[in-house]
Amino acid sequence: MASIELKHLIKRYGRGNQALQVLHGVNAHIADGEFVVIVGPSGCGKSTLLRMVAGLEDVTEGQILVGERVVNDLEPAKRDMAMVFQNYALYPHMSVFDNMAYGLKIAGVPKADIQERVHKAAGILELGALLTRKPRELSGGQRQRVAMGRAIVRQPQAFLFDEPLSNLDAKLRAQTRLEIRKLHRELGITSLFVTHDQVEAMTLAQRMIVMNGGRMEQFDTPEAVYNRPASTFVASFIGSPPMNLLRHGPNAELGGPAGAVLGIRPEHLVLGNAGWAVQVDTVELLGAERLIHARLGDELLTVRTDEAIEAPIPGCTIHVCPQPGKLHWFDGTSGVRLDI
Amino acid sequence: MVERRPLLDLISHLVLILGVMVVAFPLYITLVAATHTADVIVQAPMPVVPGNHLLDNLIQAWRGGGDGAGSTAPVARMMTVSLVSALVITVGKIAISLLSAFAIVYFRFPFRQGVFWAIFVTLMLPVEVRIGPTYQVVADLGMLNSYAGLTIPLIASATATFLFRQFFLTVPDELVEAARMDGAGPLRFFKDVLLPLSATSIAALFVIQFIYGWNQYLWPLLVTTNEDMYPVVMGIKRMISGGDAANEWNVVMATALLAMTPPALVVILMQKWFVKGLVDTEK
Repeated sequence: MASIELKHLIKRYGRGNQALQVLHGVNAHIADGEFVVIVGPSGCGKSTLLRMVAGLEDVTEGQILVGERVVNDLEPAKRDMAMVFQNYALYPHMSVFDNMAYGLKIAGVPKADIQERVHKAAGILELGALLTRKPRELSGGQRQRVAMGRAIVRQPQAFLFDEPLSNLDAKLRAQTRLEIRKLHRELGITSLFVTHDQVEAMTLAQRMIVMNGGRMEQFDTPEAVYNRPASTFVASFIGSPPMNLLRHGPNAELGGPAGAVLGIRPEHLVLGNAGWAVQVDTVELLGAERLIHARLGDELLTVRTDEAIEAPIPGCTIHVCPQPGKLHWFDGTSGVRLDI
Repeated sequence: MVERRPLLDLISHLVLILGVMVVAFPLYITLVAATHTADVIVQAPMPVVPGNHLLDNLIQAWRGGGDGAGSTAPVARMMTVSLVSALVITVGKIAISLLSAFAIVYFRFPFRQGVFWAIFVTLMLPVEVRIGPTYQVVADLGMLNSYAGLTIPLIASATATFLFRQFFLTVPDELVEAARMDGAGPLRFFKDVLLPLSATSIAALFVIQFIYGWNQYLWPLLVTTNEDMYPVVMGIKRMISGGDAANEWNVVMATALLAMTPPALVVILMQKWFVKGLVDTEK
């Protein structure tokens, strides 16, 4: 096991004037045994970043360190990492056993050791009865576990996950998420997990990297990312429904600087008899809670209330009041968090 | 289309039966002619029911040395020559095409696209078109009357290269990357992953190319002058001398039967794989 350090990583495709830069200098230190999730919208460079760590993409500038070792120019296999791919990438003509054993076979591990390691991994993942099957005879969830097994038997320095849950149905995804957590707790191997799903990110991460447009917006624990988003992007990306961002909010009244963006999460707005007068647009019932979409002036506002509260009629005016201490302020032009 | 129209059924069956008869009748005549003695066949009209000399004729053809006016070389030797050349051509074509497709799809080298198009363009230059220069080369290298001369000029294959290229392009990139993460070098990946995945395509190509190699006529006609190196397809022609000479048609037909057996066997035995290779994409 080892820590992973990214030093000012830059990735450009093409050369000269036509070069397209997709990563603009990423710095991060991932501690030994830590589970870090990289999350962001599609095209933000999160997969590129992971593939650079894996060695499947060249590094344009900067350094990648595993432990003390710079691995920039090492072949993927030499970096001692294992990767779980989005489509699992199992060898279709090999049995489950051979799929898991292939990397060890190439590495020249003695047969008896291979047997033992594969059976052990199969035991952990409950694949024992499927070892002779071909990938096409397995269900999606089983294939996913074989892909994880292939990573585990290598006993690598780090696991790299490239959206491994996105091909599973919702129920299986939740279940596999728990299994991955359990696995990480048992094996304690440094893991990098790429996803676009904020629920996966929040539930799996010890710390998470939120990326946007090739830049790292925030690198912190899920609690910190949720409670103290570093920018308007993070504020609107993490949390569902997203944080309300008011460009022309009643700043002076709340003690905020003029021109700043006011952020407030939907669950931190309370219905009452006083406060902001908002006009109700639509009301959604999500089971245990109700979402009220309303207008404050010409800005949209979402309020999350208990299902027990009676739904206001669309078109009427209600009053909402922000909970004290739950306000966020962001710079009006750069979107960066202002600490007041 | 599933339609219930008895008349349409009747007509389509008639057309099909007619087609089968047109194809099958010459084969039947060959079979009948191979079962009579030479005297019976030349009588007019020729008998249309099989006689009882099939085995005699086959044995005579196989051993050679009859008293026909044309070549009387033993067919056994010709069959060997045909079999060896067809196999060498087939295996050679598949091996070279696999490797060149592998290079074109998985490696970045200068003029990669140019090389691909150069290979592709040779599709338009079959042996018949370049037969003069090719003969010159083979003759200068002293490969006349040898297996090398019979096979090497026919081995390069744009069709097979193209087929494998198309197949390799459908292999997902993630599989290549998984192999890289597992530490498999290019040749290891080729051997352990690409080859097994291409098995059905290889089988399909084997059938097509074996028949192509077996049926070569024009090229062997040029590069072989020695009866020892005649492939059977060409040998049949040599058995028939022109004019009014007394050809042993029974032996010629028996040879024809022998000559069509190996390709027919290849098709029958590999039919399942052949179809799978052309339609199946299991990845």
